[in-house]
Amino acid sequence: MNEALLVLGMALVTFLIRYPMLAIVGRLQLPDWLIRALRYVPVAVLTAIIMPIMLLPNGELDLRPSNAFLVGGIAAGIIAWRTKNLLLTIVLGMAIFLLWRALIGG
Amino acid sequence: MPATRRSEFLIGMKDTFPLILGAIPFGIIFGALAINAGLSPAATMGMSLFVFAGSAQFIGAGLVGQGASLGVIVLTTFVVNLRHVLYSASLGPYMKRLSQVWLLPLAFWLTDETYAVVIRHYQREDDSPYKHWYYFGSSISMYVNWNLCTLIGILAGQRLEGLATLGLDFAMVVTFIGILVPLLVSRPMLLSALVAGVVGVLANGLPNKLGLMLAAVCGIAAGMLAEALTRQPPSEAIPLKQAAKQEMP
Repeated sequence: MNEALLVLGMALVTFLIRYPMLAIVGRLQLPDWLIRALRYVPVAVLTAIIMPIMLLPNGELDLRPSNAFLVGGIAAGIIAWRTKNLLLTIVLGMAIFLLWRALIGG
Repeated sequence: MPATRRSEFLIGMKDTFPLILGAIPFGIIFGALAINAGLSPAATMGMSLFVFAGSAQFIGAGLVGQGASLGVIVLTTFVVNLRHVLYSASLGPYMKRLSQVWLLPLAFWLTDETYAVVIRHYQREDDSPYKHWYYFGSSISMYVNWNLCTLIGILAGQRLEGLATLGLDFAMVVTFIGILVPLLVSRPMLLSALVAGVVGVLANGLPNKLGLMLAAVCGIAAGMLAEALTRQPPSEAIPLKQAAKQEMP
């Protein structure tokens, strides 16, 4: 495979997704409903990324306590909720995940 | 103290620091995996330098390893990165006054992490004219870090084969939870997350992360519906001054 073409192709499509809206949207008068819809983007996208990883770590629904992704994720959620501290959530969440996996998970 | 270019730039870097920690294992694993998948060090580095999209790079390298064609990989990259349309549309209204000199690099540097940090900053009520410097500080630190970590991964090569199974893949989950949870302050927001999560799990089998887009769209629709029914727009539910106090560390 031509690697230069591969990198160029990937770079081009990625940029063509990122750039147009950023450049155009502010210069257009957007309908009110669309502006309201865009407020939900971070919440909806982030949840849609993490929930499958937590609940289906191996491609199948796993609600057992041995699922460290689920346990660690719930723990991190509680820490984030109580402290609102991102760094603390990351460090403690990782620690709980690794510990749980070493002690209980496969 | 009024915001200056310099202060915005530095705060942008500081607010992004925890996300950089979360991205370090990914960058290193990407470098190592791409080499193992058969990409040359130059192409691996080229992806991080010119594509700069973590999950698309992972999938791209994986597809190279499976012998996929160039067209399939580029198309997959497109679909995997589609969520950035939502990000850039959401940031777009704040980019009104910026020239192309700013727009082109800021668009190139748009990632999940930078979006999550920067959109909070833009939504604050202060009228700093230099918020694009905050975006710049956030994105340049993500970019430099990602490329350094890729380089380390390339150099470490095969010795890191076991890293992915060590559970560092959980770093992304925990990072996103830390960003997400403080945003869940109104019922429409909660419902939006719930629906996006459930649909995301149910649609997980769809190829090329299409399930992610479907879940995001359903989540957004659910939030808007709840908002229309309860007449509780998120802007009223989140007093902006209070949100500003919840500074990231």
